[in-house]
Amino acid sequence: MYTYSDTDHAYLAERNRQFRQQVARRLDGSLTEDEFKPFRLMNGLYLQLHAYMLRVAIPYGTLSSAQMRALADIAERWDRGYGHFTTRQNIQFNWPKLEDVPDILDALAEVGLHAIQTSGNTIRNVTADHFAGAAADELADPRPVAELIRQWSTDHPEFQFLPRKFKIAVTGSPNDRAVTRAHDIGLRMVARGDETGFEVIVGGGLGRTPMIGKVIRDFLPRADLLPYVEAIVAVYNRLGRRDNKYKARIKITVHEHGIDTIRDLVEAEFPVRRAAFSGIDQQVLAGIEAQFAPPALPARDTGTYDAAYATDPVFRSFADTNLTAHRRADHAIVTVSLKAHGAVPGDASAAQMRVLADLAARYGHDELRVSHEQNIVLPHVARADLPALHRALRAAGLATANVGLASDIIACPGMDYCALATARSIPIAQEIAERVEALKIEHDLGALKIKISGCINACGHHHVGHIGILGLDRAGVETYQVTLGGDHTETAAIGERAGPGFSAEALIPALERLLLAYLDLRHGRDESFLAAYRRLGPAPFKAALYGAEGQRDAA
Amino acid sequence: MTRRPALKAVTANHLRGGHVVWRTASGGWSQRLADAHLWEDEAAAQIELIDAARETGEVVGVYLADIAQGPHGPEPVHFRERFRAEGPSPAALRSYAPQVH
Ligand code: HEM
Ligand code: SF4
Repeated sequence: MYTYSDTDHAYLAERNRQFRQQVARRLDGSLTEDEFKPFRLMNGLYLQLHAYMLRVAIPYGTLSSAQMRALADIAERWDRGYGHFTTRQNIQFNWPKLEDVPDILDALAEVGLHAIQTSGNTIRNVTADHFAGAAADELADPRPVAELIRQWSTDHPEFQFLPRKFKIAVTGSPNDRAVTRAHDIGLRMVARGDETGFEVIVGGGLGRTPMIGKVIRDFLPRADLLPYVEAIVAVYNRLGRRDNKYKARIKITVHEHGIDTIRDLVEAEFPVRRAAFSGIDQQVLAGIEAQFAPPALPARDTGTYDAAYATDPVFRSFADTNLTAHRRADHAIVTVSLKAHGAVPGDASAAQMRVLADLAARYGHDELRVSHEQNIVLPHVARADLPALHRALRAAGLATANVGLASDIIACPGMDYCALATARSIPIAQEIAERVEALKIEHDLGALKIKISGCINACGHHHVGHIGILGLDRAGVETYQVTLGGDHTETAAIGERAGPGFSAEALIPALERLLLAYLDLRHGRDESFLAAYRRLGPAPFKAALYGAEGQRDAA
Repeated sequence: MTRRPALKAVTANHLRGGHVVWRTASGGWSQRLADAHLWEDEAAAQIELIDAARETGEVVGVYLADIAQGPHGPEPVHFRERFRAEGPSPAALRSYAPQVH
């Protein structure tokens, strides 16, 4: 894992010292709110419905046990004992007091964490495949590159006032778990002969105008990455619209100018940028790479695992859903679900964070990941240790075997917290999870992505959910619009709106009809919801969703 | 929905704590909606809003909320204001009760 250099520490200490003074000046009245707001946003501090909210970046989703413990301590000491892990691999604290935030930032700095550029029209936290460095299907660990981009983008003077926020995601695997096609820039590692490079995707995004990113370069040699990315951001900085915030993201720039024009401009800019780097980026990258050396994983006998798998059905169920193939067959990647049926997706209590930190220290080489699906990952666990790990997770209420299933729902905070929300998301996620649990159908349903956003901003990725749910305010009533057929992977697609919205009460029975209809329609268990939808088209699914009412409308 | 024209209350977030506050009849701030002064006359409420907005050392984001008089006291007209007044849904707070089984 990357550890901060003295320069990093000094930079952060200075930045925190400045913010402490800005807060003091706000509290003593020398700064107005209008003057202070840009400072607090630069440091990740929002004002939400009921309280301030501090968004802390977890670069490429990687945490050490010590960092996870620090998050638990902050939750307990300055917040209300919990935090919310988000789709952008951040953690949000929902209840900090303004005067405490400087102390919180100092506590974060002690473990090499911060909230810089988690807001504002800057390059945001760089996200990555949460299985990076561990997955069997990976070409190489994408995190050194993500860290390089983080260092380059942090306080980059040219890019502090972009037309709009800018989000970059990186994956080292052909199976895209980082939603690269819904980012301003998505980077997918690809091989050409012996050389690895990147497919560069630009102009993806969700929000009110969802777009799947377009390929601007199908193969970018690894060494050209940073200057090329800089060329893209520079072109966007010049061309991106500043007259209308809803047309300011690069997806609109690409859409309005066309990918070919943007490519020409970027290719023209690229040599200039490349020359200016004069190789320094590669030196820095080499230094970073050394820090991401994989942990030494001693060979372990898998006998205890095999025995537990054969004899313990609860363990088997957990193993079947929550494990992913590690590049070493005697190890596994463990996803710990933060989606116990009825829990708030992505919320973890301080006690749970500590349990996870302890388990990572004991069984997982001290490493944890936050997934964009709002779960916690232990990337390197010996199979031999899995039965013991599973027992410990069960004791902490963290052994829910539902990863990738219907109740493993992404949900944004919605109107329970968010000032921009038009409806609540959390209670809908809870009700869906409880309903599928009561019906005992989720293991039968198999792989299913349900994603919920509490407004058109789409922080809950609803556009790319197999079933997407968008909460709206229709004449003072919370109303839920359903989209079908979205896909967040390498075969990314934006879901199609199924029809008129539902009240919260009508939504759950409608979804139940939809799920039961899928079970009837599919060609056996091997055909997932998404595959069946692609084969049959929307009609039978819409009919089920709208029941008798839908048939009447269609008549 | 037909209802009488809404009453207005001045509301904001507290600068230090961030919590929701309501303007009282005496020009102070209370965390309880029940303490809010309710204006029937929107113009008078606007004037109060201007005064309240000057108190930038105490509150942030001052605005007028629509309130109706319910059987048990004042109630926000819109659901967003109801969540602001009452806090996150009870179910949304369930997760941070320690879940040890
Ligand atoms: C303070 C609370 C939040 C605010 C004010 C906020 C604001 C926004 C806005 C305005 C957009 C639309 C941007 C655009 O279309 O240009 C957006 C998109 C997005 N946000 Fe949030 N958000 C919040 C919380 C979250 C949370 C909790 C998550 C993670 C769960 C998140 C992740 C995202 C993602 C993934 C997108 C869509 C991708 C994109 O097009 O940028 N946001 N957010
Ligand atoms: S989607 Fe809307 S409601 Fe949900 S977190 Fe984003 S801005 Fe808030």
